[in-house]
Amino acid sequence: MSTIVPFGPQHPVLPEPIQLRLALDDERIVSVLPVVGYVHRGLEKLAEQKDFVQDSYLVERVCGICSFMHSMSYCMGIEEMMEITVPERANYLRVVWAELHRIHSHLLALGLLADAFGFENLFMQLWRTRERIMDAMEYTTGGRVMLNACCIGGVRRDINDEQKAFVLNQLKEAEAELKRLIPVMTDDYSVKKRLVGIGILDKAAAYAAGAVGPTARGSGHAMDHRTTGYIAYKNLDFEPVVETSCDSYARTLVRCREVYQSIDLVRQALDKMPDTEIKVAYKGKPCGEVAIRCEQPRGEVLYYLKGNGTDHLDRMRVRTPTFANIPALMTMLNGSQLADVGMIVLSVDPCISCTER
Amino acid sequence: MKLFAMFNDIVRNLFRKPATRNYPYEKRPDFPGTRGRLMIDPTNCIYCGICAKKCPSNAITVTRKPDQSWQFDRFRCIVCAACVEACPKKCLRMAPRTEKYPDEE
Ligand code: SF4
Ligand code: SF4
Repeated sequence: MSTIVPFGPQHPVLPEPIQLRLALDDERIVSVLPVVGYVHRGLEKLAEQKDFVQDSYLVERVCGICSFMHSMSYCMGIEEMMEITVPERANYLRVVWAELHRIHSHLLALGLLADAFGFENLFMQLWRTRERIMDAMEYTTGGRVMLNACCIGGVRRDINDEQKAFVLNQLKEAEAELKRLIPVMTDDYSVKKRLVGIGILDKAAAYAAGAVGPTARGSGHAMDHRTTGYIAYKNLDFEPVVETSCDSYARTLVRCREVYQSIDLVRQALDKMPDTEIKVAYKGKPCGEVAIRCEQPRGEVLYYLKGNGTDHLDRMRVRTPTFANIPALMTMLNGSQLADVGMIVLSVDPCISCTER
Repeated sequence: MKLFAMFNDIVRNLFRKPATRNYPYEKRPDFPGTRGRLMIDPTNCIYCGICAKKCPSNAITVTRKPDQSWQFDRFRCIVCAACVEACPKKCLRMAPRTEKYPDEE
């Protein structure tokens, strides 16, 4: 006879509402039932009612953390459908903003994790550093969270020399700060006590559950969609970050190392950016079907778009990384202790609003 | 494994300026180019309604008959600046957040 304990929808460690119905045998979890639907907004339906240019603003609102990457994926899909070739500079600018987003998303996730295991100081410090990245985004695009910088056929804003210097300076400062903070996250005694060996997802289980992003990479799969070289990634030099210890600590390490990787990628992209147009004009309406994938901070997102030659899309479907990670999360939770649930849930960096759209 | 890994930072923070501001008395100025608030200069407006058509959140209503009017629901606006780019007469602009709307105190 097991006891059912509802974890969420309101819980101190959860930034967004999701409920996990945990069936407990004493303190051990025997089964998990996730209940979603608290923040469903019907964005997919709304996308069918707005025209396809307006949708590029709408899809940004799918997620408040990886907003730019959503509009980027959507625009890439429409561009593929309409056979638009994006200018090279726009591709590099997209990399810059996408990687800035990855840095701020990972710092947010690490900060929330620190907050959840009671390390308030580390949480505040990480978010202070994150503020530098937000400033860099605001200066270059005009928005802190909703960049609205991507449009069909390119990007809406360019980065001039002054802005470039500002971004590089903020990255330099942020890197110096992180060099002091990240070792705390990875070496501290109490942090390790909370993370090492908790929420094991072994390599085969990660594959079977269809895990994506840092969750898969923390379990030893070198799965990073950026390696396929979409936008300008083909011209940049990077290796997917992989950890093999398969626990919450491994997933945290992946994020810590990816922050440095993204800082490096932004620098490379700003450095190699060619001097071309940033936007091309296009004619016509999207017609046909396309599925497009992108690597977001939490993993791989899939956009399915179906156009019918009018202003309005027939169907837009988004499968976000957290949605793909929920089965993996259930695997991790089975057999673990009730007191570790918060850590395990945050170690996959759940973004519930994304999931429910 | 370290026990007092954060200690250095704690000491540093004792002597650093606070990272926060004395908000609301002290506000951070916006960066140049920040999309803050939508403002219209009605002298040039030809009431063509292009901005209303482009707006993804239906925040703008333009009428020509019986009276010419341009209305803007600021609570619907998602500050995307699509209208600013679309306006043929360049009478819309994105002002900083500190600027007041005409009817504001
Ligand atoms: S697009 Fe410009 S000119 Fe036309 S109605 Fe709007 S503000 Fe006026
Ligand atoms: S800024 Fe965007 S949401 Fe606001 S009125 Fe203009 S088009 Fe509409």
